[in-house]
Amino acid sequence: MTEPEPIDTTHELDTPLAVDMRGIVKRFPGLIANDQVDFELRRGEVHALLGENGAGKSTLMNILSGLYRADEGTITVGGVPVDIRSPRDAIEAGLGMIHQHFTLVPSLTVTENVLLGLPEPRFRLHLPKYAGRISELAERSGLRVDPRAKVWDLSVGEQQRVEIVKMLYRGVRVLIMDEPTAVLAPQEAEELFRTLRDMTAQGASIVFISHKLDEVLAIADRITILRKGVVTASGIPAAGRTRSELARLMVGRDVIEAIERTSSTPGQVVLSLEGVSARDDRGLPVLRDVALEVRAGEIVGLAGVAGNGQTALAEVITGLRECAGRVNIHGEDLAGRPPLRAIDAGVAHIPEDRQGMGSAPDLSLVDNLMMKSYRRAPIARGWLVNSTVARDQAEGLTTEYQVAAPSVDTQARLLSGGNLQRLIFAREVSAMPSIIVAAQPSRGLDVGAVETVHRLLLERRSAGAAILLVSEDLDEILALSDRVAVIYEGHIAGVLDVDHADVHTLGLLMTGSSLATAGQGASAGQGASTGQGASTGQGASSVAASDP
Amino acid sequence: MNFEIILAAGVASGTILLFAAIGEIFTERAGIINLGVEGMMFVGALAGFKVGIETGNPWLGLALAMAAGALLALLHAIVCIHFQADQIVSGLALTFVGTGVALVMGEGLATARTGALLPTLTIPVLSGIPFLGGVFFTDQSVLVYVGYLLVPAAYLWIDHTRPGLHLRAVGEQPSAADALGIDVYRTRYVYTLFGGALAGLAGATISMAVTPGWFSNQETSGLGWIAIGLVIFAQWSPGRALIGAYLIAVIRRMTLDLQGPSDFFGFANPFFTYQPSTFFLNMLPYAMVILVLVIGSREARRRRVGAPASLGVPYVRGERGH
Amino acid sequence: MTVTGRRPIIPWSLRTEQRLETPRWLPIVTTLGAVLVALLISGILIAIIGGDPIEVGAHIVRSSLGNVGVLSDTLVKATPLIFTGLACALAFRMRLWNIGAEGQLYFGAWGASAVVLVPLVPPGSSPFLVVPLMIVAGVVSGALWGGIAGWLKARFNVNEIITTLMLNYIAILWVRYWVFGPWSEGGFQLSRQFPREAWLPRLTDFAKAIPDLGGLTTHLGFVFGLVCAFLVWFLLKHTRKGYEIRLIGDNPRAARYAGIDIGRNIILVMLMSGGLAGLAGMSEVSGSVHRLQDGISPGYGFTGVIIAYLARFNPFGVVLAAILFGALILAGREIQPAGIPAMIQGIVLFCVIGSDILLRQRIRLVRR
Repeated sequence: MTEPEPIDTTHELDTPLAVDMRGIVKRFPGLIANDQVDFELRRGEVHALLGENGAGKSTLMNILSGLYRADEGTITVGGVPVDIRSPRDAIEAGLGMIHQHFTLVPSLTVTENVLLGLPEPRFRLHLPKYAGRISELAERSGLRVDPRAKVWDLSVGEQQRVEIVKMLYRGVRVLIMDEPTAVLAPQEAEELFRTLRDMTAQGASIVFISHKLDEVLAIADRITILRKGVVTASGIPAAGRTRSELARLMVGRDVIEAIERTSSTPGQVVLSLEGVSARDDRGLPVLRDVALEVRAGEIVGLAGVAGNGQTALAEVITGLRECAGRVNIHGEDLAGRPPLRAIDAGVAHIPEDRQGMGSAPDLSLVDNLMMKSYRRAPIARGWLVNSTVARDQAEGLTTEYQVAAPSVDTQARLLSGGNLQRLIFAREVSAMPSIIVAAQPSRGLDVGAVETVHRLLLERRSAGAAILLVSEDLDEILALSDRVAVIYEGHIAGVLDVDHADVHTLGLLMTGSSLATAGQGASAGQGASTGQGASTGQGASSVAASDP
Repeated sequence: MNFEIILAAGVASGTILLFAAIGEIFTERAGIINLGVEGMMFVGALAGFKVGIETGNPWLGLALAMAAGALLALLHAIVCIHFQADQIVSGLALTFVGTGVALVMGEGLATARTGALLPTLTIPVLSGIPFLGGVFFTDQSVLVYVGYLLVPAAYLWIDHTRPGLHLRAVGEQPSAADALGIDVYRTRYVYTLFGGALAGLAGATISMAVTPGWFSNQETSGLGWIAIGLVIFAQWSPGRALIGAYLIAVIRRMTLDLQGPSDFFGFANPFFTYQPSTFFLNMLPYAMVILVLVIGSREARRRRVGAPASLGVPYVRGERGH
Repeated sequence: MTVTGRRPIIPWSLRTEQRLETPRWLPIVTTLGAVLVALLISGILIAIIGGDPIEVGAHIVRSSLGNVGVLSDTLVKATPLIFTGLACALAFRMRLWNIGAEGQLYFGAWGASAVVLVPLVPPGSSPFLVVPLMIVAGVVSGALWGGIAGWLKARFNVNEIITTLMLNYIAILWVRYWVFGPWSEGGFQLSRQFPREAWLPRLTDFAKAIPDLGGLTTHLGFVFGLVCAFLVWFLLKHTRKGYEIRLIGDNPRAARYAGIDIGRNIILVMLMSGGLAGLAGMSEVSGSVHRLQDGISPGYGFTGVIIAYLARFNPFGVVLAAILFGALILAGREIQPAGIPAMIQGIVLFCVIGSDILLRQRIRLVRR
């Protein structure tokens, strides 16, 4: 690619590139993930790899880190051609990738995770000795980690630091980070950016994969943009670029970013939690004294850093997890009752884990679509299932919700992420539920599917459904919600009216500050009590803040 | 009834369960569940006994028993690791193949022999310890002593060595292990074969030491399945496997001794006076296994320990189209 | 500045990719192929140990399908296998590993025998009273034996593979106690022969009307087996319960999410599965052996596992596979050494599960 080289005084032009990928092609059955992609990384820079979900960013970097093999193309590292056949080869070449799903073993300690796969120690582990070394290294790089902690006891932010330490311990000079901020609170993201800056100052190079324009502009020196597997901008300097310019290169058309959201007039409280506490699968407290209300015709966004109890909260409401306290659904306490009670009470659930919980991978679309309706007429006919009706309904739903599949007999596992989510929405939303719990509904979906998901949620809201939107994406929360609740360590740290919520305030709450210290949102919210009537006014409508 | 003798016999036959259970612990720690222990023990028992008496070299027999067990496990490994087949069913198939092959090869073999093929040892100083010396260190087969050493060795290997760390990682989170350059397939192969070898050794322990001879289809009498139950009870830790193995073995042994005396403490022994009722006595070890499993499962639930996270899940490298 | 990569020595390689669609014929073709491969391997093994595989194969065909008489015997052997195969197929459909069909069969046989041997009905009662009672007793006994494992699994999360296996041993010893003890006939390890009213009708019973049927021992149990196959198929395909079983089998988390009580279904399916296996025992004592004896089953319960798999859990496939294995067992009685049938069964199972990958993946030869 012959983008004019910008003059950059901080780097010497004659030193070889840290990484140079040329003409990379990677095909998957049915699509070309990377088509003749070139990518170059200089020493000491943060190079953002920008693109929508499915544009081929992760694929390209998976090739660089040895997880995939390119069908065509060459790679040189520090001027030397390399043949990367495995992650081990990549690490030996000084390339380390931190995936969105961390490659940590939860049941092992931090030290054991760092030592995993290394040639040293050769046989006996001598954990105390290595724990010392690791905490020394972590301290030097400004990363706080406890080498003796088990990984499953760590927060997501801490786990990410373990991943970085792991790479540093391996002497990695090129760090590839796949959407590293997706799981972090804004303040944690800032801390990460500082760390990355320190690292580049010491000569490391960083590839920063993202689809978020703001953070790319904030952290990157240069930007490469991919669209549908093809490079649309190669190593352009970040300085002086605008959001809309990048968005155009990324999506290929002008983007209307704001979602049209009409104001709502919420009705009765239909879902309310009082003093709800629950434990996770390992018996540790995961929800503490949660109080939350959702009214008919409103969307309450539940913001929080991953692993702070959101999943458990969704499970408690839908009856999938035992709990103490009251879970009132249409005024009836269903805490600890089986999931069927919640379903019968009109609670729909868009689960976070679409493959693991939301669908039966080897069953047909018909079977997947009748998961909630097979007990009722017309599909049920006494003890029997009327397959003809089930089939007709499935045909109707796949058409209406645009689930792209060869036929309704197709197995659910063969659907793409977006189509699977459309299927789940078709099943859950078509029953006209009065309450919808939607967990991470747009995570990992391409733009078209995200638009569908958002449109459907807003439609349901207008139709009077009470919606709890659990998301780690603050932009999504702010765009869709009427009120925003923040969860931190299993406790609702505060509930704000969306007009008073901004990324900064939410970020503080997400990292454990109380409303009182979290800024302006607090002043209006102070002293407001939970369980008040239909407050259409301003400020936090309910506050359950306590200083931890 | 002499408790010292019962316990000593229990320790000897507990060694069978111990080898099989520890082998299965290693296999399962790598994420592969192999239900073919019974089959592997069968071929081990046959190979050990047959080679032992035909060559006159029991050590060669022992080696071939382990090789036979490992060979059978190799089948399981190929089908489960490379073909991603259902591990439960593959293990069952292995049981059929193992028993079938052993019965075929063992056709016409001498059914019983008087003496053990392997030497017994009495440890000089330790055998002098009152009671315990008699139980653990007097006139026991060399294999019993191997069992004593195997347990701490297995524990240290799993928890305190680099290969053990890799083993745990592969069983818990193979994708993470793979990303760090650990060869998941190779690790799983190695430990599946090792588990097979130990099961073969367990079989040889029966036919060459504990009840020397070849009793065709009576050979293992369900010990392989009991060993698998023990692994669950042991919560995948070698130390607990040792306790469970000896416990079950002692109970098995006692069911034999209870049939002997004509009266207990002045009461007529129902097992002596009415022979068919001894069948109830024979049920006892199997019922015990169920009981032990119930206890183990309840405890596991309470302590929130569980099987290796990826047990029974085939690993496929994540190249996907979507 | 770039260098082309090393040239591979072999320009072709095998590559697997996910199948997007599984054609209907594929499972049938791969299963048949797997069975053929298994028979080939078995033949080679027989040759290695010094047998004549052709002769063994010819013997199997001759002595199981050769004429109407042996064909009838084959169906007699297939009858218990249909029931145990269905028992396994039903449980496996829910990924519930009931390996205890053997023990449930023994208990079913014991329960059915109790009707005659206790006796629960006066001797000389009408067969229309005795036989249905035996069926009920057999089904209930087998169901309870299976239900124990189901309850332990649902209540304490105890691994059902181990419990069903242990219960097998206990059931066999239980029957042994009765045939050695209270029901022993003259100290032998078998009960007295059942009176005629406790026999399931056989083809030969109609020889007076149709002389050709003389000597044919195929009994009504075979028809029961066909009926059960239909019922299991109907249950799985057309009822709400069947849908729940399939959903739990595919993804238990999704089933729970859909509001299904998994524990209750575990117990229910173990009861049904045990009941089917119990029926196998009833049909054996009432249709074939006409008494209770030690070793009433030479491993029909375990063969049921293979049959279920071979049929890929399809109830009608179970019937076909049961007839195939019935032939193998019938012929196997005379094959020496005795382990060959077990070995062939194991190899068949291995090949069938190994071939499963062809259903999920397409294997292609590609240029590097």
